[in-house]
Amino acid sequence: MTDQIPAILVLAPLFGALIIGLAGQKDHRVCFPVTIVSLLVSLFAAFGAVVEVVRSGEIDYFMGGWEEPIGIGIHLHIDSLNAPLLVAIGIVSVLVAIFSIRRIGDKNTEKTPHFYSLYLMLCVGLFGITIAGDAFNLFVLIEVSSLTSYGLIAMGSSRRGTLAAFNYVLMGTVGASFYLLGVGYLYLMTGTLNMQEIHTIFLANPDIASSKAVAISFILILIGIWIKMAFFPLYGWLPNAYSYCPSSSACILAPLMTKISVYVMIRVMLGVFGIEWVFASPGYSNLVVWLAVIAILAGSMLALAQREIKKMLCYLIVAEVGYMVGGAWLADEKLWGLTGSLYHILGDAAMTLCLFLAAGIFAKRFNAIEIEDLEGLFKKAPWTAAGFVVGALAMIGVPPTCGFFSKFYLIRGGIEANHWEFVVALLVSSLVNAVLFFRIFEIAFFGNKPPEGHGHHEEEVAELKEEHHPEIPTWTGTSSLLVASAIVILLGIFNGEIVELIRIGLEDLPQFASRL
Amino acid sequence: MAEFFQQSFHAHFNFWIYVILMMIGLWALIAKNNLIKKLIGMSIFQTAIILFYVSLGVKAGATIPILDPYGNKEQAAAYAEESDPAKGKNEKKGTEEKGDSSYVGKKSPNPDIMANPLPHVLMLTAIVVGVATLGVALSIAQMIFKEFGSLEEDEILEIVKGGNVDD
Repeated sequence: MTDQIPAILVLAPLFGALIIGLAGQKDHRVCFPVTIVSLLVSLFAAFGAVVEVVRSGEIDYFMGGWEEPIGIGIHLHIDSLNAPLLVAIGIVSVLVAIFSIRRIGDKNTEKTPHFYSLYLMLCVGLFGITIAGDAFNLFVLIEVSSLTSYGLIAMGSSRRGTLAAFNYVLMGTVGASFYLLGVGYLYLMTGTLNMQEIHTIFLANPDIASSKAVAISFILILIGIWIKMAFFPLYGWLPNAYSYCPSSSACILAPLMTKISVYVMIRVMLGVFGIEWVFASPGYSNLVVWLAVIAILAGSMLALAQREIKKMLCYLIVAEVGYMVGGAWLADEKLWGLTGSLYHILGDAAMTLCLFLAAGIFAKRFNAIEIEDLEGLFKKAPWTAAGFVVGALAMIGVPPTCGFFSKFYLIRGGIEANHWEFVVALLVSSLVNAVLFFRIFEIAFFGNKPPEGHGHHEEEVAELKEEHHPEIPTWTGTSSLLVASAIVILLGIFNGEIVELIRIGLEDLPQFASRL
Repeated sequence: MAEFFQQSFHAHFNFWIYVILMMIGLWALIAKNNLIKKLIGMSIFQTAIILFYVSLGVKAGATIPILDPYGNKEQAAAYAEESDPAKGKNEKKGTEEKGDSSYVGKKSPNPDIMANPLPHVLMLTAIVVGVATLGVALSIAQMIFKEFGSLEEDEILEIVKGGNVDD
């Protein structure tokens, strides 16, 4: 059974999506249990994968036994870098599914089965991206997750959401096409699509690795992935898409999509091109770190200018993507930046989930879209407020939440790599986050709302219409929020163990034996 | 000049075409005002990449890559004559096998006379992905038309900015 873990991870939600697509049309009550069961199976498999990886090292799985030299097999690869990520995807998807039950599953609308089958297909795509060992399969899985997320974003009743989804389709397709083009050049130069084999060929033939076509393919792949992850100059699609879609969609997309794209970038850097090749010319890595610095500062400043809660959180995501990309490109000798960036993928998934769940609950229950609408809400909904505060403290970087430790590793990497601009950007961003969130705390606790209503224009509530259903208790959303905030703290407390796992994964890669 | 043309344009003809098509697509995607025209640009963009991949696998005078012992015997025989006998590790294997096939047993299939199938197979998948993307994008465009009553980007943006969003 443990041999089949990689297959189960991907196939459980896939079959769930099929069942919902077929049976859900007839009876909507099938949707929710099938979603939860198939996601729990995946989560269980993800835990199994972590245990396997810790016990016996990397897992390589070939679908149908078609091993690499024979044909283009489907190669799935799990090591200690992506195993924790699998658990993160599993936990986030289960929690958001529980959160969504009141919002999507409590009424007999015709959209319910569509939502859940798209939701499960998105999870298939995310799990698949994380464990794909083949550059072309990775493209297909990126498109699986992107196509489903276009659908999930366009599902809301908001007109601006539809428009944002359309822009996202255009940007996302361009990104994926750039990635595909880059893979084409890689195939042209190496004659294989398997990531490990490409890497072996590069190590064996330095003349291929140093050719212009390979450099161009790396740039094309990077631009493609940067569009997908909303890295600074290419972030335009993100804020509207994530803030005008239904909260259940935002809660699954915001914590996972951008982070998984960051992971794909790191995987391509480490596993395909090799870190020595990537950092061979310091000019380029300096350029990327500077871009990340701009991303962090611009994201934080734009967040400061927002009046809507979700928009503000979206710009914070842009800043956080800057943290992770910058950390990955620091190129310090002991790779603390890369470690911090991998750890921050997990931590940021947890804290973004926290904040978006809380924002979703505030929007739904109290119709609080703008920051000023939060006035006095912490008293009305203390548990939701607690979850929000934990998420916010993690964003600021207060110990013992995970935000503190990821900043610690990133800053350590920045200092060792002599990238002081990155360190300064991180500190400034923490300060801005503190200003942002304490402003919200002030309004929500003490409610010093400005006296005049300043034309408080009716913003659209991008929710599918909710009809209260007595069968489903109100605590479902709050309980998943509380679990998420507990995870934020647990990730912080157990940061040593997680970082150790990541370091083991980094040491396993051949090119690091000399470095660590 | 003629030499330059020969080397960089004539020899890489299809690559130039793919780059030109890609830029046309990207331009339409960015500059066109009508959403459907943007989608046409997106499709051209994707198709350009399909052209790139297809030209990776093409060879002049190549056949389809099928291992067919009863098929193209003349070509196989011609290959057997031409090919380098030093390569003949497979010849040993061939004597063990029986049958009227002069092709499969004695020689491993000759890659020189075959087109590379892999990029073409990949593009079948990419075409499917492209169709799916176009389908999703068109249905979203339809939703936009239903809600805004227009497919022109500037008109839609005016409605959004004007604040007369009444849902």
